[in-house]
Amino acid sequence: MTNSDNLKGMTLIVKTVSRLTVGLIMLFGIYIVVHGHVAPGGGFAGGVIIALSFILLMLAFGKEKALEKIPKAVASFLEGFGALMFLGLALLGFSGGYFFANVFGRGEAFKLFSAGEIPLYNIIISIKVCTGLFAIFLVLVLLKFESKLKGK
Amino acid sequence: MSAYFLCLVLFAIGLYCVVRKRNIIKIIIGIMISEYAINLLFILFAYRKNGRAPLFSEGLEIKNMVDPLPQAVVSTAIVIGLAITVLTVAIALRIYEKYGTFDITRIRRLKG
Amino acid sequence: MKLIPFFVIIPLSCAFIITLFRNRLRFLPGLLCVFSTFLLLGLSIHTKGSLAEGVSFVYKVGNWMPPIGISLVIDGLSSFMLVVINLIAFVVALFSIEYMKRFTARWNFFALFLLMLGGTNAVVISGDLFNLFVFLELASISSAALVAFGTEHEEIEAAFKYLVMSVVGSLFVLLAIALLYSYTSTLNMADIAMSLQAGSAGILIPFVSVLFIMGFGLKAGLVPFHAWLPDTYTAAPTPVSALMSGVFTKSLGVYTLMRILFNVLGVTPQLSKILMVLGALSMVFAVTLAVGQWDFKRLLAYHSISQIGYVVMSIGLMTPLGILAGLFHLFNHSTFKSLLFLNAGAVEYAADTRDLNKLGGLRKKMPVTGNTSLVASMAISGIPPFNGFWSKLMIILACVQANAIGFAIWATLASILTLVSFAKLQKFAFFGALPEQLKNIKEVPLLMRLPMIVLALICTFGAVLLLSPVAGNFLQPAVRVLLDGQLYAFRVVEALR
Repeated sequence: MTNSDNLKGMTLIVKTVSRLTVGLIMLFGIYIVVHGHVAPGGGFAGGVIIALSFILLMLAFGKEKALEKIPKAVASFLEGFGALMFLGLALLGFSGGYFFANVFGRGEAFKLFSAGEIPLYNIIISIKVCTGLFAIFLVLVLLKFESKLKGK
Repeated sequence: MSAYFLCLVLFAIGLYCVVRKRNIIKIIIGIMISEYAINLLFILFAYRKNGRAPLFSEGLEIKNMVDPLPQAVVSTAIVIGLAITVLTVAIALRIYEKYGTFDITRIRRLKG
Repeated sequence: MKLIPFFVIIPLSCAFIITLFRNRLRFLPGLLCVFSTFLLLGLSIHTKGSLAEGVSFVYKVGNWMPPIGISLVIDGLSSFMLVVINLIAFVVALFSIEYMKRFTARWNFFALFLLMLGGTNAVVISGDLFNLFVFLELASISSAALVAFGTEHEEIEAAFKYLVMSVVGSLFVLLAIALLYSYTSTLNMADIAMSLQAGSAGILIPFVSVLFIMGFGLKAGLVPFHAWLPDTYTAAPTPVSALMSGVFTKSLGVYTLMRILFNVLGVTPQLSKILMVLGALSMVFAVTLAVGQWDFKRLLAYHSISQIGYVVMSIGLMTPLGILAGLFHLFNHSTFKSLLFLNAGAVEYAADTRDLNKLGGLRKKMPVTGNTSLVASMAISGIPPFNGFWSKLMIILACVQANAIGFAIWATLASILTLVSFAKLQKFAFFGALPEQLKNIKEVPLLMRLPMIVLALICTFGAVLLLSPVAGNFLQPAVRVLLDGQLYAFRVVEALR
């Protein structure tokens, strides 16, 4: 822990605790996403929690650490790609006759691999929400930094 | 009955913030308050007496669920509120960069 | 009718593809935008052609039966609005390929443009109240981001004002939807219509109607909810202004107001009186303010408010002639107002200024722009034989026929003031002497001239739409849907069987 490490981000307590809990937060978010069809939650709530784990990294350690985990280009690409995958999956419903129709097998109730394509929708939405929120936060932080540089 | 009325009072407080406050950030917070008040009103309309959460579980007999439709609707409305908040905050940051102030009485270049 | 969801799929997927590719292929965003609007225009004309009068198409999304599932409904009114929206969008997309070369980050513009278009299309075809609200918000937020595109001082200020006022309007709409849901327990528009006809809801229906008029009137730009319009249209880039005035205020404001008040809630004589008064107020107030403007686009913005007042007043008359005149004036206003905004954009592109005091004699140097703007000015002032004359004549006749002589007098007065302000515009911008610093301007490129010529042709020959065979297919089904009022619900139930 050199001097320059201590200048960025927050104090030592915050850094240690977040180092311990960031992985658990992400795991919890993934749990909520994957069990979206048997328990409350689903794509949007789980995606927000996963995004929060990255934002916690950014708040505690400064934005370079978070940019190491997900670079800006990857975040932008995943955002657009997630939306296109969602549309593609919805278009698959045309093979069942109607837009958005559930064409995969339904399976039995309350099991993890059931309910047709709803778990897939949850996963795609969580990817889009996570990268979207992270990109928004990144843009707002970077914008402030540039305007401070210009001396306004 | 009083719960519905209090939600409408909360909505009115949010509108008062939008109309009367001079700081841009306070206007944004006013919009958020109104938005959440309406979401709350929608969820309150879904309550049925002695109802429980509208979820099926294995092996449990469920009668009397609350109405599940507003819960999906409010989920979507919260996301819309998030998008609006983000866009307004980004525009507010740009306004600060250009005008140097958050006071709306001093941001008045368009007239007529 | 398997192609209905494509009205939403095509613009949204092209918007996402553009965000994937960004700057890597220079020509891709513009090409995709024009291609998708062309497809949409073809699709909307095909839908209009294959729809008989008094028949609705209902599409069950995901094969779930409404009211449990979401439904998309196309009837005479929706298909009429779809043709208007996609025609103007195609023309503006052609114009914006050249115009946006002045800006950086062009892929942003085209992606947001397509998102806005997707949202507007989906508002028109949706059969559920909340679905309508979600896409209304999508279109409003994208348009607010587009208004702030240039990121100069005035544009950011106008975008902030527009966004705050637009969000407050949407909040009123959401409150109305919540109150309506508490009474009817369903969100499907046909279902709500049937359950409101059955029982007596008391004070709820007038309260909800007032909330809807406030919310949608703000989107349409009726007085007293018009305060965002002049700043926004002045500060936005010109294709956005053309699209907003030609498409937005109509489909997000007037269409939703008509659909909900006529088909779902049922119009009472008091409501029609309110609509007529609001329309007349918009007409006169806005045109009085417009005469004294010296900025090209600000003058056009005030006239937008005034012409929407004509439409709302005429539809509020609730007679067959009145509704026909109102819908025809809606179509005409899209064409000539978009043409006027495109002219303003061409003048700005060539001469770099919008101030009428500094322009003059542009007709010699820019013949196409000058002539098309002359056509559009004559159309909006109501000079025969352009399409504006026929629709304004029908509005005044409908007012007289419905014994509302006072409103007919106000309409004539507003028309005279419109003529005055457009004569001023033509004199100061196009006729007269060419000032020194504008000696070297040239005509705008071909891709900008072509949309203006197309719109001018529609303005000249627009009266063809009133002749019997064409009107029976194009305007009459829309009028029939509005006149039948709450029979909309029966038609939807019939189409589902």
